[in-house]
Amino acid sequence: MNEVMPGNAHALAPLLAMRGMVKSFPGVQALRGVDLTLNAGEVLALLGENGAGKSTLIKLLGGAHPADAGSITVDGREVDLRSPKAAREAGIAVIHQEFNLVGGLTASQNMFLGQETARAGFLDQRQERRRAAELFQRLGVEMDLDLPCNRLSTAQQQLVEIAKALVFQTKILVMDEPTAALTLQETQRLFVIINDLRRDGIGIIYISHRFDEIFEISDRVIVLRDGANVSEHAISEVSRSRLIEQMVGRELKNEFPSRSVSIGQPRLEVKNLSRGRAVQDVGFTVRGGEIVALTGLVGSGRTETARLIFGADRRDSGEIQLDGRRLEIRNPRQAIAAGIGLLTEDRKLQGLVLGASVRDNFSLPNLARLSWVGFVRKRVEREEFAGYVDQLKIRIPHQEQRARNLSGGNQQKVVLAKWLARNCEVLIFDEPTRGVDVGAKYEIYELMNQLAARGKAILMISSDLPEVLGMADRILVMREGRLTGEITDLSQVTQEQIMQYAVA
Amino acid sequence: MSGLLSKHGMILVLLALCAFFSAVTYREQSPTGAAAGRDLASAISKEFQGTPQVLIVARDLPEDAAFAAELEKAIRAAGGQVVATVKGEPRDAREAILKLVAVGTKIDFVAGTQTTSEWLVFENLAADFPTLGDPKVITPRSYFWPNFLKADNLLNIANQIAVIAIVAIGMTMVIITGGIDLSVGSLIALSAVLATRFIRDAGGAENASPMGMTLACLAATAVCGLIGSFSSLMITRFAVPPFIVTLAMMLVCSGLAFTLSSGQSIYQLPESFVWLGRGADLGLPNAVVLMLVLYAIADVLMSRTQLGRYLYAVGGNREAARLAGVPVERILMFAYIACAVLAALGGVIMASQLRSGSPTYGNMYELYVIAAVVVGGASLSGGEGHMFGTLTGAFTIAVIQNGMNLTNIESYTQKVVLGLVILAAVLFEKMRHR
Repeated sequence: MNEVMPGNAHALAPLLAMRGMVKSFPGVQALRGVDLTLNAGEVLALLGENGAGKSTLIKLLGGAHPADAGSITVDGREVDLRSPKAAREAGIAVIHQEFNLVGGLTASQNMFLGQETARAGFLDQRQERRRAAELFQRLGVEMDLDLPCNRLSTAQQQLVEIAKALVFQTKILVMDEPTAALTLQETQRLFVIINDLRRDGIGIIYISHRFDEIFEISDRVIVLRDGANVSEHAISEVSRSRLIEQMVGRELKNEFPSRSVSIGQPRLEVKNLSRGRAVQDVGFTVRGGEIVALTGLVGSGRTETARLIFGADRRDSGEIQLDGRRLEIRNPRQAIAAGIGLLTEDRKLQGLVLGASVRDNFSLPNLARLSWVGFVRKRVEREEFAGYVDQLKIRIPHQEQRARNLSGGNQQKVVLAKWLARNCEVLIFDEPTRGVDVGAKYEIYELMNQLAARGKAILMISSDLPEVLGMADRILVMREGRLTGEITDLSQVTQEQIMQYAVA
Repeated sequence: MSGLLSKHGMILVLLALCAFFSAVTYREQSPTGAAAGRDLASAISKEFQGTPQVLIVARDLPEDAAFAAELEKAIRAAGGQVVATVKGEPRDAREAILKLVAVGTKIDFVAGTQTTSEWLVFENLAADFPTLGDPKVITPRSYFWPNFLKADNLLNIANQIAVIAIVAIGMTMVIITGGIDLSVGSLIALSAVLATRFIRDAGGAENASPMGMTLACLAATAVCGLIGSFSSLMITRFAVPPFIVTLAMMLVCSGLAFTLSSGQSIYQLPESFVWLGRGADLGLPNAVVLMLVLYAIADVLMSRTQLGRYLYAVGGNREAARLAGVPVERILMFAYIACAVLAALGGVIMASQLRSGSPTYGNMYELYVIAAVVVGGASLSGGEGHMFGTLTGAFTIAVIQNGMNLTNIESYTQKVVLGLVILAAVLFEKMRHR
């Protein structure tokens, strides 16, 4: 390999140009005509809130999804990125946040996976190892080529991913949150490597939420919001506060129901909650009738905090109290018995048994109450569920409908129904409206308000800042496993202020 | 009904197989037994006015005895006279005739079954023994009916599949939780050996009391239940994959069964030990009755109880079930223990059927059991399956084996066909659901 384009050989055409990229998924318009250009030897930062369309854009680049509309040119030639293979042939490599390494294979085996050097049908492992060694030398790192990848550190795996990208004639390298799991030193070494690659004329798209890094490494920045371009700046000509403003600059419309707030006694109290690096010394209180929003960037430890409260993961330390009483919570069963409910972020993987009927899903945490000496009282079950179907306006053809076949909004309502029927005192909503259409969103908000009005304590985890501002009575912000901000006076607060707490 | 069919499409396959085997075993049937006796008596009284003199000829077989007894009773009741009843060989018939000739008795009818009436003695009766008069050889009317569909054969099918079907109940639960249990075949052997050894060594061998035998069988079942709980502990607490745990236990249990029996069959058992396996107190074989009762219980358990719901939920999405407060570990333990206990029960039934305990019992049964469950529509990835489907699956396998036996297909070929049919049945299900 290593016949990398010398810097700016094709001075006229940019290395990569995406024009009018459109992509929608069922119920969501992810991209509404995004433009992006990348020059050889440039590091372009891509910035935006969760859900702004960054991931979708790089999925199009990596050939994971076909675009609905738009054109992509590489070196001025139009390319059709209909598959990962086509993307690779066009010289594009994407390093995802979750690595795509086969854990049991060594670095060099991973690098040549699907692209093995063979001689007369036999793998030429020696040749592969030699080339792998060359590449790591070029990256300036030591790498044990005999260890399987799952024995390597996260930083080393990252390097394997980079080396894997360089095996091909890569001209465009996309890195999605490459430093999320790296230490400061490892990050600095990565930057040295990025600078080397830049000198070799490779164009790099760098996605990160860490502004310090963006200002340090990138040449230019593009801000996306709601699937469209907001702005584009040379990094030297823009300030951090301006970028944050542009990321969140959505105006608040009347998408949240109003309510009268009457806040009571402290109900849920969490103290010194910790688990590894994910959650460190988190403590807060939620009072009766109060909706507390817990926000922060993806990976800041919000969901992990909720799981610790709910007993889904084992906590290293910490205490959980409800109404001043200390709770023994070692598993979700105990949490539920104590009156805590968790609506998980990922409905499909954690919230629902997709192959089971919606009614069975509804009944799951409520079976003890719906049963008589172990026998499910089917008529009671049916009638109770029918009541919730009416109340929550769940649209299903019949109660035996499999959960798999419902829309996101209806799935979320089924999950809601099952926890409402449990009559929990504390409800934790993790991203309650993700993937939910606007109408259903409003209904879910109304329901949260009703619950609060009944004196329940509600903790709402959300990345959607307008939602946080529209719904919460108090806002907690997390960053890298710690609680970094608490905002009690919501009359003055802006999305920019929240974002300041959330980013390093 | 249509709902039942769409849920259990295998019923269609089973019915099709039954129809097929009925067609290829459609044969002329010569009736015997009590019903045939009554039938023949009324034919005689229709044909002969007055007092017919009848010689009854039957073989020395239980069904012929019933035939002869009923026939004799019916002829007497209709005012006829039975001059003699032969039960035995053609030689016995000749002797009886010679006796009648000696005393000068005339006879009007020789009444026999299809088989006895074809004996050479009766070919030229009037010419050979003129003093008898002109006796007419008469048999019950024959009819056409598939061998496959004869009541005896159907009961035979049910009896032969009882062990596999009972073990498949437990396997269905395990597979619904998304697991697998490969140890059931070995547990059958271990349980059979343990039960028979307990009877031989502690229960009084041939003189064991019913109570002693019951306790021995319960003890064997309890040991297997303990083994099941050990497996389930490995699977839940130590997170070893079920395939590996039960593969290991399959070897352990088989080895134990051979060790405990020194590789020999244990047959020092009382005659009454066969009650469970061969008896038929309610018209149906006891093992079949037990199987049907267990299926009824299991079906209620799976479809109507909290426990059943939890089994499905754990298999459908373990994490979602856990986060909904389902005690996942306890549910899994229940499934594996139930499976081991039912396998043990299968071993006891098998020992009873064969009146001995041998470490070779249940060899390869785990595969037939899994096949029954899968053919019955359960998904190996968990969360789906029904007891009724499994019963259908077990019967499908039994019907194929029985049908091939009836049509004289040799056993090696049978395996090939069975394997292909299992594959085809599962494919058929997949296509239907697409």
